[in-house]
Amino acid sequence: MRIIVCMKQVPATMEVEVDPQNGILKRMGSETKTNPYDLFSLETALRIRDKVGGTVTVLTMGPAQAEDMMRDAYSMGADDAVILSDKKFAGADVLATSYTLAQGIRLLGGADLVICGKQTTDGDTAQVGPAIAEHLGLPHTAWVKEVCYVDSGKVQVRQDLVSVSQVSEMQYPCLITVDKDIHVPRLPSYRLKKLSEGRKVRIITYKDLPDQDLSRYGLVGSPTQVERIFPPEAAQERVQLEGDSEQKTEQLFGLLVAKKLV
Amino acid sequence: MAFPYNKLTGEDIVFLKGVTSPERVLVGEEIQREYYHDEMPEYGIFAPEVYIEAISKEEISAIMKFAYEHNIPVTARGAGTGLAGGATCKYGGIMLSVMRLNKIIKVDAGNLSMTAQPGVLLSEVAAAAIEKGMFYPPDPGEKTASIGGTVMTNAGGMRAVRYGVTRDYVRSIEAVLPDGEIVTFSSNVVKNTTGYAIKDLVIGSEGTLCIATEITLKLISIPKCSYSLVVPYNDLEKCIDTVPKLLNSTLTPTAIEFIEAELLDIVERQLGKVFPDKSGSAYLIVMIDGNTKQEVERDCDIAAEICLEAGARDVMLCNTEERNASVWSIRGAVLEGMKADTTGEEECDVVVPRSKIAEYVKAAKEIAAKHKVRIITVGHAGDGNIHTEILRDDLTEEEWKVTTDLVLKELYAKSKELGGQLSGEHGIGNGRLKYLEDFVGSRMSQLYKSIKLAFDEKNILNPGKMIEIM
Repeated sequence: MRIIVCMKQVPATMEVEVDPQNGILKRMGSETKTNPYDLFSLETALRIRDKVGGTVTVLTMGPAQAEDMMRDAYSMGADDAVILSDKKFAGADVLATSYTLAQGIRLLGGADLVICGKQTTDGDTAQVGPAIAEHLGLPHTAWVKEVCYVDSGKVQVRQDLVSVSQVSEMQYPCLITVDKDIHVPRLPSYRLKKLSEGRKVRIITYKDLPDQDLSRYGLVGSPTQVERIFPPEAAQERVQLEGDSEQKTEQLFGLLVAKKLV
Repeated sequence: MAFPYNKLTGEDIVFLKGVTSPERVLVGEEIQREYYHDEMPEYGIFAPEVYIEAISKEEISAIMKFAYEHNIPVTARGAGTGLAGGATCKYGGIMLSVMRLNKIIKVDAGNLSMTAQPGVLLSEVAAAAIEKGMFYPPDPGEKTASIGGTVMTNAGGMRAVRYGVTRDYVRSIEAVLPDGEIVTFSSNVVKNTTGYAIKDLVIGSEGTLCIATEITLKLISIPKCSYSLVVPYNDLEKCIDTVPKLLNSTLTPTAIEFIEAELLDIVERQLGKVFPDKSGSAYLIVMIDGNTKQEVERDCDIAAEICLEAGARDVMLCNTEERNASVWSIRGAVLEGMKADTTGEEECDVVVPRSKIAEYVKAAKEIAAKHKVRIITVGHAGDGNIHTEILRDDLTEEEWKVTTDLVLKELYAKSKELGGQLSGEHGIGNGRLKYLEDFVGSRMSQLYKSIKLAFDEKNILNPGKMIEIM
């Protein structure tokens, strides 16, 4: 069984500069880490591989320094790592990003199961996963909270929607995006890090991709126009309740009622 | 000697309200039950006669003058997060809360110091230091503790391996003596050979010598990068035997904790928190700080090689906030997990020489088997402070009392035999009082009494804690 996990490097801290000209995150020079949601997807993939057999390939679109993230994935147990890296991919929105990743998956010969994190902690759209599936014409389920059953032919997953839980079964090939806390992601292993030191991280560029239509990639292929991007105002209001637990409970209830929250 | 003490009269209350303010003086049933005990009600539940929230050193001084003249016991209280039954009114009298003295007076970058009132929370001290690019290292885990309480109990915590304990971070203390006089022990200097080191004696005196009203703390520059290693082992012995090897290397780990898989299972079962590794039966968790990512990565590699050499199954790396949190939040939840897993618990807080940890842990397990009681060891392997948790499970009240007493006596005897001490960081308070004299001997106990009486000849300040004078 062949599993591809899509990953992204995100800023390691919350203090990130935004380019005021184009509304794009300034990524160069700042510390990065693997998008935390992608660690849940990698963990899910590794568990499925360990149960059913097969391989896990991690795939990302990003600058060459994404190699650090891919090596981290090797230390967690990934079998193969591929970076889609080209200046032509820069400045991509959801549409161009998902298209580029879909092209990468095609180039790799497709997968039985593609797993993405529900969202990233920088872009936050939660749309790239399902968009990849649409480009590839795959059935997909987003926001997966639990893999209920899996074998070499199909996967059954539970997704928590706002008011209902839905269990879906899909034949391969298909795509899922997983929510946080589906599993606790394993930590990178020093032994695996040593074992994978000589292993390559493959780089794929624009010219390798099946579709050579430049207008589908990067800023050019991105219909989204960011007019302005700014950090939300941090509103912090603290109310301290005094008294014994019964009095405090009553006060709290009163506050919630006054704010029409209950 | 002052004992027996006088009870507070209506007239006394009027006076106390006069030197403070009526709404900050509570009497009898007006006093919240939480002030009857600290985090360990097992170590005594005592009703204060009056509860006062002071807002200045002058008020504290006036209250102490009054208490001194009228022979009334006073117990100063911070956030009440102690684990020794220390901040309680064992003989009634006044509970004097310092929690309204909660201002950070100055953060002094030039002197790498901070001056704060005793009611400032530890978390606030830490945050104020970070805001100015500095670092206050002592971290006893309980971040809602008051800084005054942590100074008066010489709180430790897991970072002691690299940074030391609270005593190493106190430059000076302004305090009110039992007779109401205000004094300052030492000043904002780095070294001092002026007379007896009373400041260091006052730190850890559990509120029996004076009441701190202002504390100047030493800060250090902030480490820029902090990673942790999770190291699984097949057996506890190899796990603990690694500790001296790490300490004898070129590294200075910030923390080295050990935890057994059994306890991780309890936390998962009771609190639903899952540890990110399941491969070992015992684990070391090693925290490594440094100023650059490269330096920390290099040190982690060195530590990993030492651990593998010592028989570790593997070494797992926490190099992001989330990964660190996935490990340390579970380490931080063990006490809560254990409490939920049993009907009652008693904690033994011995500290032994670091080379003797394995021997102590082995002995603790034998003592547990002998008395047919569940014992779990967890703690600060890097500094030899092993929290030995005795769990009650289905023992009756009487069996529990008898068993814990026997088990504690044997654990303390073992610690003493190995060159250890009775308490590493939780203190004596009321809870460990009955074991102290046996442990330190009568001559030492006499010295303790003399010290107490040198400060407090009427024995009115937090009486019956640390040392009993009757």
